[in-house]
Amino acid sequence: MNSTLLVNISRFILLLAVQIVIFNNMNFLGFIMPLPYMLFIVLYPVNGNRAALLLASFLLGLTMDVFSNSGGVHAAACLTLAYLRPSIFKFSFGISYEYQTIKLNDVLTPERFSFILISVVIHHFTLFILEAFQVSFFWDILIRTLLSTVFTIISCIIIIYLIKPNKR
Amino acid sequence: MQQIFNFIFRNSTRILFLLLLCISFLLTIQAHSYHRSKIISSANYLSGGVYENINNVSEYLNLKTQNDALAIENARLKSILFATTDSISITKLEKTKENQPYDIVVSKVIHNSYNVHENYLTLNSGALQGVKSDMGVINNLGLVGIIDNTSPKYSTVISILNVKSRINAKIKKSNHFGSLIWDGKSTGFVQLIDVPRLAAIRKGDTIVTGGQSVIFPENINIGTIDKVEIDDQTHYYTITVKLFNDMTNLGHVYIIKSNNREELNNLEKTTKNE
Repeated sequence: MNSTLLVNISRFILLLAVQIVIFNNMNFLGFIMPLPYMLFIVLYPVNGNRAALLLASFLLGLTMDVFSNSGGVHAAACLTLAYLRPSIFKFSFGISYEYQTIKLNDVLTPERFSFILISVVIHHFTLFILEAFQVSFFWDILIRTLLSTVFTIISCIIIIYLIKPNKR
Repeated sequence: MQQIFNFIFRNSTRILFLLLLCISFLLTIQAHSYHRSKIISSANYLSGGVYENINNVSEYLNLKTQNDALAIENARLKSILFATTDSISITKLEKTKENQPYDIVVSKVIHNSYNVHENYLTLNSGALQGVKSDMGVINNLGLVGIIDNTSPKYSTVISILNVKSRINAKIKKSNHFGSLIWDGKSTGFVQLIDVPRLAAIRKGDTIVTGGQSVIFPENINIGTIDKVEIDDQTHYYTITVKLFNDMTNLGHVYIIKSNNREELNNLEKTTKNE
């Protein structure tokens, strides 16, 4: 139990550091930025404490906001994702997901991919809506969501393969 | 009473979620208003320090271009200096130093964003160097933005690539005024709106800052006219301006301190009150 806590805390810090130092400086075509820091919420243990996840994702988002001067945009997006996570699990892995031993950081199966895809889309869509804050930017929001989703998923999968623990 | 407690326990995650969501919405709304909260900005001690360290490393990557830019500007200033053969003009300059309208603080951009609708820069000089909010920021090519928040060592700048920014500007040739805004689309172009139809406008004309704001001195370069449209409803020109500055690559900048600002503000206030 304690080791999961330690793994999660180090994941929190490492993902934030990688996001701020490396991925925040990536700008494809001037406006597409991969945001793999939300992998923390995706990789959180399936049966872990929900309140702790909500608090942790709020802190995660708020730290990103401090670094990107955006108020509470990232915090709101992370919270939404953290709150909707059980429903996404139910959709991707079936109703009895709580009784299975789901490991997300493993070989990519269709279920895992669909889970990551839906999570990223929800997170990015909330993020860009709140960031633009105007209906007149609707197409802009959609394009940003779509393109950034592609790049975030690619970076997420690369990170998952890189940090895949205990190869047997 | 028992039932209320039961309700709270049963829905504890939902209540926590709504509470935190409210906080983040509040912060978001606050961030979209003009003067923002001081804590959630990259000028604070932690994030400013991190950005400075990152910048110390990444600076080396574009050292050459920065050196070239500074060398070009040095050459320009030298040529102005040597061109003034009349020795009277130099003494004149020194005499007027006491009531110089503007002071300059040199600073460095340690974080630059240009990929969202509300872009901010972070500079490595703050209140200790005398930087206050609403000061103008320029570089050797032209306009950069306006200071937003300051901490003792760092400050944030509302970039001209920010849909909230609104700067008074004019057409250099004809002195017609307008407001400079950004439509949030391309990093190389901004829009000049509310220019009267009377103005004679040609593609390629230079746009400079107007003298109506106390933030910027007059005649600081902004860009050239790229496209001209007429707004059907207001019958004013909407001009697309191609920036001289490459906002995606900023190094050293100058912060403009206006010395007469308080005097001017007080004067305008008393005039309004009378």
